[in-house]
Amino acid sequence: MHAATVPHAIEMIGVTKRFGPVVANDGVDFAARPGEVHALVGENGAGKSTLMSILAGLYHPDAGVLSIHGEPVEFRSPRDAIDCGIGMVYQHFMLVDSFTVAENAILGARDAGIVLDTASAERDLARLGERYGLKVDSRARVWQLSVGEQQRVEIVRLLYRGAKILVFDEPTAVLTPQESADLIRTLRAMAAEGFCVVFISHKLDEVLAVADRVTVLRRGRAVATVEARTTDRRALARLMVGRDLLPGTSRSDSMVPHTGKDIRETILEIRDLRANGDKGLPALSGVDLDVHAGEILGVAGVAGNGQRELAETITGLRPVTGGRVRVNGTDMTNRPPGDIARAGVAHVPEDRLGTGLVPGADLTDNAIMRRYRRAPLARGPFLVRRAAAVFTDRLLAAHDVIAPGRTAPVRNLSGGNQQKLLLARELAGEPQLLVAVHPTRGVDVGAAETIHRLLREQQSRGAATLLISEDLDELLALADRIAVLYEGRIMGIVDARATDPDHLGLLMAGIAPAAASA
Amino acid sequence: MNDITSIAFLTSVLAAAIPAGTAILYACLGELLCERAGVLNLGVEGMMLMGALGGFAVAYHTEQAWLGAIAAFAVGGALASIHALLVVSLRANQVVSGLALTLFGSGLSAFLGRDLVGRPAPASFGKVAVPLLSDIPYLGSILFRQDALVYVSYGLVPLLWWFVFRTRPGLNLRALGENPATADAMGLNVAALRYGYVIAGGALAGVGGAAISLATNPGWSENMTAGRGWIAVALVIFGTWNPARAAFGAYLFGGVEAGQFRLQGAGVPISSFYLSMLPYLFTIAVLILASRETARRRIGAPAALGRPYVREERG
Repeated sequence: MHAATVPHAIEMIGVTKRFGPVVANDGVDFAARPGEVHALVGENGAGKSTLMSILAGLYHPDAGVLSIHGEPVEFRSPRDAIDCGIGMVYQHFMLVDSFTVAENAILGARDAGIVLDTASAERDLARLGERYGLKVDSRARVWQLSVGEQQRVEIVRLLYRGAKILVFDEPTAVLTPQESADLIRTLRAMAAEGFCVVFISHKLDEVLAVADRVTVLRRGRAVATVEARTTDRRALARLMVGRDLLPGTSRSDSMVPHTGKDIRETILEIRDLRANGDKGLPALSGVDLDVHAGEILGVAGVAGNGQRELAETITGLRPVTGGRVRVNGTDMTNRPPGDIARAGVAHVPEDRLGTGLVPGADLTDNAIMRRYRRAPLARGPFLVRRAAAVFTDRLLAAHDVIAPGRTAPVRNLSGGNQQKLLLARELAGEPQLLVAVHPTRGVDVGAAETIHRLLREQQSRGAATLLISEDLDELLALADRIAVLYEGRIMGIVDARATDPDHLGLLMAGIAPAAASA
Repeated sequence: MNDITSIAFLTSVLAAAIPAGTAILYACLGELLCERAGVLNLGVEGMMLMGALGGFAVAYHTEQAWLGAIAAFAVGGALASIHALLVVSLRANQVVSGLALTLFGSGLSAFLGRDLVGRPAPASFGKVAVPLLSDIPYLGSILFRQDALVYVSYGLVPLLWWFVFRTRPGLNLRALGENPATADAMGLNVAALRYGYVIAGGALAGVGGAAISLATNPGWSENMTAGRGWIAVALVIFGTWNPARAAFGAYLFGGVEAGQFRLQGAGVPISSFYLSMLPYLFTIAVLILASRETARRRIGAPAALGRPYVREERG
């Protein structure tokens, strides 16, 4: 067959998918060729994951046609998609932790034989790993593997199952910059072998590094497909958002002067802090940190290196097994969360809808949660609903929270508005210390800008902020200093103005660069 | 009377422990399949009762013990299909649905069986001695002078062990209970498979009921399983979701039950109330030990046990 007549590996025409009143995909056209890396970019909620879930057979589209290698297909289940050679690497890995790598590869496979033959699977996996440079120990149990290794397991499994179309949903979100670079090399190699690789991301640098072509989704529609060679970050960002980004997301545009940095008092003082994770294993193994008034201390690290445990021990949600936490010089180690909050510590947790807000309660109840015990919201044992309403309205207006009304359940708000409400509540008491975990994860660009502005305001007000984030650009833009967590320890604390992602990436991988803190 | 330390006494207790444990064993293996698939079925007691009644009723009218056992299998499966409908399709709370089915099963069996109470069994599974094997000293009379349902269970334990740990469908079954989202993404039909295992589990519980009404105590009386279904649920945990260990536990309880009658018969001065409390005290102890979260992780409970699976809406 001539190159010109080779059919598209994937061709989706006019795909529409609705969830109730929400149109997640609105007549999307998408086509990818064998042998190319095709990136799919867009903001959160633009419909990338929905489109790929349709391709994977998880969702059935309301309208539209799907063809694979030129053949029209209709998927009723993931099984149909797998049979067409489509393999997905989901953001949350689809691996059974207690199984070995080989068992995960065999799982659900349709090959002949009822007897479990792990030995032959192990041989096949070793051979595939050798060929594509994706070495994994096929006898290891998944829970023993690092996140990067688990991702390799996912990829090798797809090859083992005979996938020709490989879809990666935000594959680099959980990787260090170095691991991401390895992955990008692997994806290029797969494309050169004739695989069709679809790469979903919103990190435009990576997209430009890996992709041949880029399709941009905005609000459920495919707005453009462009050659990666002929575009740049700025153009892609404009297509994603539909306008130029406001200034203020990069440090050079920062308006806030870093004042009086040499004689600032220490608000948060952590010494040799130790705590266990959910599985009862040590998650923090001796952390020392100081956060000063008027400072944003960023905490970077690959997910699962103790970030969540750090935030939870400071705010009293997780028992401290050793060491000390002092706030303004007062020992707050293992004090109840309420006492810590009253000592001026605000918390924006990672799990905003489970820990931060009550999803089924309305905006008012969520807004007053920190202050309903005191006047003017309380009169004796009774709530003053009118005062609560006034307080809530003021909070919503001051922080541009867009909501159907005070009485709507918080669940119905978009992620960005939920986060703005949460921040508004936590900051209303003018806390001395704010502990914010992934405050902009999963929120749209506009809300992220507002959140960044609020964090800067805390800084200029003189509050201390501990900002835990996976987004290195965010940390570099906002933080004064950045501490890197690796396996429950601080690998290094660097001046945010004198460092770069590569340096941070080495620290995140547990490698102390020769010239530490540059 | 009997000397309770004699070999003969011990042999007779063990020989009675096996059939007494067999009823629990069937129910336990059924619950094990169900929980391995990620579904908790607390309706075992009701399914055993309905199986016991259904089995006896069919055997009573047809005078065929085997037809009774098959009917028990079908009745148990039918009751379990209600559980499957509620918890898999309608995503109802598994605990509530299971409890409701236990109450329903015991009430319905008492109602339907009121005319059969006290009737003599025209057909039941009698003791059959296996040639040669039954002549082995002690062991022969303990293991190989038993009824047909006991012999079937001898085969079922290794078969299920092999199925769960050594076959592809068994691997898929374990994945259902550990991580249904992964099983779904790997192309397994989570709902259909869970239906299958819940129904198969209920069918085995039904046979467990028949092992009482057609073998150990031929006949029907209201609530004749006397909590054995609950013991079976506890034993799945005690047996760490492993058929071989579950069998060990089932015979242990069979021994407690058999020993209780034999001790009374031997005139040991201990109140029968204490003895009849024993199985349940032991059950409570097992559940306390096993339900601590850390213990759960260590002994390898299916990670998704009790949680309905919903394919995540909204991408």
